[in-house]
Amino acid sequence: MAVASEPTRDGIAPAMSADVVIRMEGVQKWYDHFQVLKDIDLEVHRGERIVICGPSGSGKSTLIRCINQLERHQKGRITVNGVELGPHHRQLDMVRREVGMVFQSFNLFPHLTVLENCMLAPMKVRGTTRAEAKATAIRYLERVRIPEQADKYPGQLSGGQQQRVAIARSLCMNPKVMLFDEPTSALDPEMVKEVLDTMIGLAEDGMTMLCVTHEMGFAKSVAHRVIFMDRGEIVEQNTPEEFFTAPKSERTRSFLGQILAH
Amino acid sequence: MIRAFGYNEFLFLLSAVQWTLLLSVIAFIGGGIVGLFVALARTSDVKPLRLLATGYIQVFQGTPLLMQLFLVFFGATVLGIDMSPWVAAAVGLTLNTSAFLGEIWRGCIQSVPRGQWEAASSLGLRYPGLMRYVILPQAVKVAVPPTVGYLVQVIKGTSLAAIIGFVELTRAGQIVNNATFQPFLVFGIVAAIYFALCWPLSLLSQRLEARYAAPSR
Ligand SMILES: Nc1ncnc2c1ncn2[C@@H]1O[C@H](COP(=O)(O)OP(=O)(O)OP(=O)(O)O)[C@@H](O)[C@H]1O
Ligand SMILES: [Mg+2]
Repeated sequence: MAVASEPTRDGIAPAMSADVVIRMEGVQKWYDHFQVLKDIDLEVHRGERIVICGPSGSGKSTLIRCINQLERHQKGRITVNGVELGPHHRQLDMVRREVGMVFQSFNLFPHLTVLENCMLAPMKVRGTTRAEAKATAIRYLERVRIPEQADKYPGQLSGGQQQRVAIARSLCMNPKVMLFDEPTSALDPEMVKEVLDTMIGLAEDGMTMLCVTHEMGFAKSVAHRVIFMDRGEIVEQNTPEEFFTAPKSERTRSFLGQILAH
Repeated sequence: MIRAFGYNEFLFLLSAVQWTLLLSVIAFIGGGIVGLFVALARTSDVKPLRLLATGYIQVFQGTPLLMQLFLVFFGATVLGIDMSPWVAAAVGLTLNTSAFLGEIWRGCIQSVPRGQWEAASSLGLRYPGLMRYVILPQAVKVAVPPTVGYLVQVIKGTSLAAIIGFVELTRAGQIVNNATFQPFLVFGIVAAIYFALCWPLSLLSQRLEARYAAPSR
């Protein structure tokens, strides 16, 4: 079987294990007696871009938060970049360095300037020198097109700008994978585009991305694969073309009916 | 022999203020250092630590400060340690202050939104760095007004050290009163001195609170 360096858009990526960045096997999670994740199996390949959608409360956030262990799973295995997440801090540290995360509510550090937000983790986690961290930060701030805001505090920026800073802050750690949890849901409509454009730029550069979003336009133009979740399960996954034009399950159809009606 | 309350008596009271202040500063610094650990333990993920800190806080908040001073002072004697009233007062007040500051600071740490912890940990920061660079700087802002306000309680609390025989402002008042038999005048002046120490701090605390409550930047 031929090994594509990047998964093709019309097929699921080749199952070469060297190319698998994230592997979830039989992952289950409960909150008390409520099961949020039921037997999740998922492989994410290098360079692959996945959009996860589904109704509220279906476990989308929980799923991606298990990947960097902001939530702990109780059963099953999660392997990221060859490191299996276990009870030990060492694995967790290794994984978190390689996995960037962007939140719905930005979560910039309000007491630090934009530049300092971007420099903190490289300096304190990777031990980069201040000068180097600054150069990297400026490079990524340029990439998200806000270098001129570097010395401002997050509170002085618009939502869209804050989210772009949050993306830059993650990129400064040079992650292998980026997780997005509804990155545009908290934004005013006129700012959604600037953030999506930034994400499209990342996609074009070949970043591996796992993105919870209801921006179906983004899913259609960027995703290799769309995953539909409901009640803690992956109900359906397919290429965007198939997913939107020929959804297989009834639950997917009714969900698509609801969001496309808006 | 009865003396009249005069200039010398007044100076004696004033000079005792230094001991009140010194005791307050020691209790505040010592209590602050121990209190930081109490607050960290209280907000920790490790359950035994959390329980231990909770118990510590409850014991010190649930018993009178005077009893705590007695227990330290007389407890030391029982254990065969010769502890001066001065050391006993410093230790007792430090422990008491640490419990109260620990509880105040717990609230401040927990007031930092969950998302800040999540963003910092997802960037790979571990607990010490996360606390030091992300959580505590934000908690400190919230903590300053109530902490300055609590300093007033510490200063007033030092008056109880008089009962175990440490000569600070209140004890000095008792001594002067024993010589002059003018309790209303003497304790009136003592109270006025306490007020002069505490009132500016109360005002400062209110100012700070108003400033931090204002929309930031
Ligand atoms: N800390 C928690 N304790 C208890 N239940 C929780 C907790 N966090 C989430 N849940 C529940 O788990 C389920 C899945 O939550 P999750 O946030 O993963 O859903 P989601 O698909 O991201 O939803 P949304 O679209 O609203 O963000 C929900 O029913 C939620 O109420
Ligand atoms: Mg969610």
